[in-house]
Amino acid sequence: MPPASLSENLYFGLGMAVLLASAAPVFILGGAALLSRGLSERATGRLLHSATVIGLSASIIILAMMLYRGDREVRIVLGDWVHVAHAHHAPPAGPGLPAENTLPHAEDALQKHELADEAGVYHFAVKFVFDRLSVPFAIMTFSLCGVVGAFAFRYLHREPGYDRFFLLYAFFVLGMVMTSLAGTIETLFSGWELVGLSSAMLVAFYQDRAAPVRNGLRVWTVYRISDAALLLASVAMHHLHGHGDFDKFLGHHPLDPATTWPGGDCAVTVGQGLLVGFLLLAAAAGKSALIPFSGWLPRAMEGPTPSSAVFYGALSVHLGAFLLLRFSPLLDQAPAVAAVAVALGLATSAFAALVGRVQTDVKSALSFASLSQVGLIVAEIGLGLRYLALIHILGHACFRTLQFIRAPNLISDFRNIENAVGQHLPRLAAENDSWIPLRWRSWLYRFALEKGYLDAFLTDYLVLPLLAGLRYCNGWERSWTNFLAGSPTAPPASEAELPPPSPVEEPVR
Amino acid sequence: MTDLHLPWLELAFLVPLLGAAIASRCREVATGRRVALVFAALTVVCAGGEWIDFVTLDWNATPQHALHDVDGNLHWSRYLVGRELLVIDRVSAPLLPLASWLYFLTILATERTKAPRFSFAGTLLSLAVTMATFSCKEPWALAVLLSLGTLQPILELRARNQPIGVYALHMGCAALLLLVGCCALHYEGVDLLPFAEAPGAALKNPSLLAILPILLAVLIRGGVAPLHCWATDLFERGALGTAILSVAPMTGAYAAVRLVLPFAADEVVRVMGGVALFTALYAAGMALVQTEPRRFFCYLFLSHSALILAGLEMVTAIGLTGALCLWTSSALSLTAFGLTLRAIESRVGRLSLTQYQGLYDAMPTLAGCYLLSGLASVGFPGTLGFVGAEMLVDGAVSTNPLFGIAIVAAAALNGIAVVHTYMLLFTGKRRMSTIAIRISDRERFAIVSLAALIVLGGTAPQLHVGPRHHAAEEILELRRQHHLDTSRRTPPQTPPASAPDILAAGKARRP
Repeated sequence: MPPASLSENLYFGLGMAVLLASAAPVFILGGAALLSRGLSERATGRLLHSATVIGLSASIIILAMMLYRGDREVRIVLGDWVHVAHAHHAPPAGPGLPAENTLPHAEDALQKHELADEAGVYHFAVKFVFDRLSVPFAIMTFSLCGVVGAFAFRYLHREPGYDRFFLLYAFFVLGMVMTSLAGTIETLFSGWELVGLSSAMLVAFYQDRAAPVRNGLRVWTVYRISDAALLLASVAMHHLHGHGDFDKFLGHHPLDPATTWPGGDCAVTVGQGLLVGFLLLAAAAGKSALIPFSGWLPRAMEGPTPSSAVFYGALSVHLGAFLLLRFSPLLDQAPAVAAVAVALGLATSAFAALVGRVQTDVKSALSFASLSQVGLIVAEIGLGLRYLALIHILGHACFRTLQFIRAPNLISDFRNIENAVGQHLPRLAAENDSWIPLRWRSWLYRFALEKGYLDAFLTDYLVLPLLAGLRYCNGWERSWTNFLAGSPTAPPASEAELPPPSPVEEPVR
Repeated sequence: MTDLHLPWLELAFLVPLLGAAIASRCREVATGRRVALVFAALTVVCAGGEWIDFVTLDWNATPQHALHDVDGNLHWSRYLVGRELLVIDRVSAPLLPLASWLYFLTILATERTKAPRFSFAGTLLSLAVTMATFSCKEPWALAVLLSLGTLQPILELRARNQPIGVYALHMGCAALLLLVGCCALHYEGVDLLPFAEAPGAALKNPSLLAILPILLAVLIRGGVAPLHCWATDLFERGALGTAILSVAPMTGAYAAVRLVLPFAADEVVRVMGGVALFTALYAAGMALVQTEPRRFFCYLFLSHSALILAGLEMVTAIGLTGALCLWTSSALSLTAFGLTLRAIESRVGRLSLTQYQGLYDAMPTLAGCYLLSGLASVGFPGTLGFVGAEMLVDGAVSTNPLFGIAIVAAAALNGIAVVHTYMLLFTGKRRMSTIAIRISDRERFAIVSLAALIVLGGTAPQLHVGPRHHAAEEILELRRQHHLDTSRRTPPQTPPASAPDILAAGKARRP
């Protein structure tokens, strides 16, 4: 094994700095919360500020080094997270696959890792990839999270849930960085789930009221469906190839520019491509609120403005598109999936543009505007315009974040302007809609107001029948148990079981 | 058979037995609690010693045919019954410290409000039985111990003036079926421990008629639908601590590993796996519509227990490893979850899930532990259950893709149910308390130590997965030897034993 050069050592150190900078706040804030030793607002702010600066600086230096050295892909392999070898399975003779282009620190681990592949073992590798897709995403994550975090330090000053917000925010940053830099589908899935949990919990941030909580649960439910699809895709990849490494599945080779992102040589059959591709598309649809899952996006606006900005304007809502970009070589092998992605993207874009026109609050209008762009991005990915989609994501995320964090002051500013000019500002939307035939307007208005009936459809035809059936079974089970117990009714919470008079008072509000 | 260096197995069984005798003589509740705590801690030390001793044994000196069976070094049972009764192997070795730790933490986290209604002597007795169960491979002894383990909840239900019919009926049926099954095994001359006792002896697999009663008993003990009503009844009527300890170590899964898995025909195994998968999905759905936290917890547990049973029946190396990993992680995370629920109940009484309770501000640490342990139980990334859940799904897909989808759907429903109940219990409104009802130090130690294990195990899963994979290989090896021997002795028209194929399928990861 050749000795590690300075630049390779530097890559490894910087890569670890990126990862540790995103993970450290989670452990510090999470440990403090579990031990009921909350940090002060200033300490929390400094911790997150430092982590963001370190992560962002390291990411930018990696990008600069890659550009200077002409490296298109840098892998950081930390070894196998899980590695089990089956008995009676002889290891293959001869050396493993060449491990050039990989940092020498990780080379040994990778060689073992690839030998293990040949032996047919089961493993989860901890591998991160810095390439033309992941580095811009990581830089965007740190930049926008840093900006919005700085905004939130003031926005949430002395809020009761300040610590909770920043703990969830730290989880989100970690999830985004893991997802962006993931070199295996398991790592990506871990980050994906962290983003989902923190999103749902932040939607329910104002937890003293029932509406945000209900909406948070709705977001979580859709995310779980999306997660299930991604988990199945992960298992399918494992099942087909014995590992979940992107470079092997998508045929990336760092020395060959044609095979690094967005290129690749995905060695799957048509059937396998369709299976994994549609599962990934379902996962992306849930995460990016594509049709038919679009209903959760306006609900997610119940959260505080900083989280809405960074989650649904900038980062989280683009994760579905990122997933499709990461698996773009697979889309090339499965044109049917690409065609469905185009159709889904365009339909979502049209739907969001229509629904966004009738929203009565600024955050919902922005969320649908955001969705219409996400739909276009997904269509671009389906059409094979990968760099255009990446640039579209970066530009749109920055622009929408600015709009979201500007939104709280917008109404106040409008009021001031109207007071100054002494009349209402002109409503441009109504004039622009004049091209729509009159007989269609009310129908379209109703359709848009009801958000395309998507939520109602899912609720009435899927959720409620399922719950009704389960409640019927529950009632039947109770009757059966009571019959066996010889008691006519379900056991009450007996007096003996109840504790002494409860010290808990009635709700304050 | 190899000996441990010290009689850890005998001590892990006798120490809680002695503790139960002393605790039963204590008139003061506080004294009984202290005694129980001391003896439970000593049991943890003995079980931990057993585990350390086991993993540091020199396996190279062990004959291959013994399949790494290890016993204590007193050999008392050999003088009494002619065979070693307390024997551990790679499957059971970590289960003893795990179970003893769960008992210790449950006793530790028993608050003063709950102590008068919680039988410490009975709990120590139950601990002794559980230790003996996990140290036993002998069918007769195992059947007796599994039946004895059901007595503590029955006695407690009686002491609380609650009807015992549902629980006693199910457990009675399970005990009877185990008895019938063991009689049938004895009648057919089936020896389940041929390699340990008589290397090279002829193996014999039981007939379907002999295995069916045992299978049914295992399904009842595992809480497989529609034979699961005892579990909901126990959680509703019994003390929550006792109910948690009755189900958390998952003795039903242990019975499946010892009495069914090594020699059951493939068809039997598939049926059991299918029924267990249906239960996992059904119980996950039922958890969504519960209006009481206890019943919700019960269904969550039943779903996990069924997932583990389903994984055990896949008889592939990955599926089995996933099931064994999930066994440990579910036991830890669901105990943490149950103890959190118990801590909440001890402060505000039984709660309803029909409206928001808004307890977050009153007990933020408990809220965090509730969410963490609940998500860990459903295999959230970064927790102990993540890798096990993924391996289980992978094993299921290699058996039947629909099985994999069912497991993923069950996990998704469980995840939704956990967050749903979290939001109902802790959010939606604000409840203020006139006195402090925050988590106590004892509870904090119990719950946070479990949470730390869950997170640390999730950070370094290889420490857990590696040994569990060896255990899975050992189970498959035993099954392979049974089926190989059977196929040698069966006439040619009999379909060739498919265990080697299954084994090969489990081992061949790449197409």
